[in-house]
Amino acid sequence: MSDTSAGDRAVSERVGSNLRPQADPLIPRDHAWHPPALAPAYKTSVLRSPQRPLVAHEATLSESTGPVFGPESLGPLDNDLLRNYALDGAPIGPRILVHGRLRDERGRGVPGALIEIWQANAGGRYRHRNDGYLAALDPNFGGCGRTLTDAEGRYVFRTVMPGPYPWPNNVNDWRPAHIHFSIFGSGFGQRLITQMYFEGDPHIPLCPILNAIPDAQAVEQLIAPLDMAATAPMDARAYRFDLVLRGRRSTYFETRPEGN
Amino acid sequence: MPQALDRLKETPSQTAGPYVHIGLVPSLAGVAGVYPADPGGAIVAPETPGERIRIEGRVFDGDGGLVRDALIESWQADANGIYNAPLDPRQGRCAPGFFGWGRCATDFASGAFAFETIKPGPVPGPRDSMMAPHICLWIVARGINLGLSTRLYFPEEEAANAVDPILRRIENPQRRRTLIAQALETEGDGRGYRFDIRLQGEGETVFFAT
Ligand SMILES: [Fe+2]
Repeated sequence: MSDTSAGDRAVSERVGSNLRPQADPLIPRDHAWHPPALAPAYKTSVLRSPQRPLVAHEATLSESTGPVFGPESLGPLDNDLLRNYALDGAPIGPRILVHGRLRDERGRGVPGALIEIWQANAGGRYRHRNDGYLAALDPNFGGCGRTLTDAEGRYVFRTVMPGPYPWPNNVNDWRPAHIHFSIFGSGFGQRLITQMYFEGDPHIPLCPILNAIPDAQAVEQLIAPLDMAATAPMDARAYRFDLVLRGRRSTYFETRPEGN
Repeated sequence: MPQALDRLKETPSQTAGPYVHIGLVPSLAGVAGVYPADPGGAIVAPETPGERIRIEGRVFDGDGGLVRDALIESWQADANGIYNAPLDPRQGRCAPGFFGWGRCATDFASGAFAFETIKPGPVPGPRDSMMAPHICLWIVARGINLGLSTRLYFPEEEAANAVDPILRRIENPQRRRTLIAQALETEGDGRGYRFDIRLQGEGETVFFAT
């Protein structure tokens, strides 16, 4: 592009002799797998959804890189919601373990990834200054937790089963019981927030937020099954919630017969 | 590009909802004592070299109403355009104390958000291009089903902005302008900028898909 030389020179002079960094590019996101920005049954989306199409561009170094959180930034109780806010006893509600494996789209475990969660207490009440639901706060439950995935991408939280709660949308909408998840990959372009639901919850087919997702198989991906094998006997039931982040095209390795 | 059959599907997104603060900036929700500090409050350290800047702005919905429950994350390079990330092979030369990632929320009353950082340098782009100094922003909130990605560029970088490969993908100059922060009159050290985000309608901010 010949009309750009002055500006090109302006920036390259300041960068000097930096080598040109390359990271494996992120696989483009399949937007049809996600809920559309505008989902009229979820009323708040009506005024908060962009109307212009997203501007597509290939992932650059700015999307391929992302922050890394070291183990020193977390406390020992951060993934134990039964204890990380407790004042004088355990929170009320069914004790559960929520665990799973974080992988990328190519099936590789994502190690060292920060996962943050938040949830309502067993009565469906959030410890949040803007939640005025009738159900009581639990003095022993804060409702947030975080952890780093291990070398294989596995994670576990201990918490109580959150309760369903009513929300202002239509006159009588109730959220299925759910836990909010925030996940970091190795690139800022992989950043994701989602919600985990519980197998068998009768509110699931009624929820306009969950059912904004067009594909039934994609909805299924957010419903955690009971995992008896991982249950702590006489202590806590377990639910398994596996997570998948955007993967990277390994343009270099793909040409080699042994693959990656 | 066709997808490989053995590929897993990305976990579908769901809205962060109105109570996102509990998990991501707990002190704002009124949840004290679980973490020593809200994550993302320090993008740079006092010793980090670079020009101090302050970004402030608001988020508007399609009616021009303030979005008072949005959460915004930022990601940027240091003053030399180097990311503090293992996937940037220059990471070893990244500025001391520079983290590069931040998180803030719009105020429940005023709807304003703000963060303090240093001005990033230009960053190598695809092929032989250079990207003008920019800060990547990611916005989530109640009513946003999939986090929105945008970029903040600087008004005094006209030459670099003119050849930025990402800005050049936006044909309409008026739309391109939605990504250029506005310089503010400031007292004391450092420059100030305003960057308002319009989710919908007139002046709608450009959001990206990668
Ligand atoms: Fe919720």
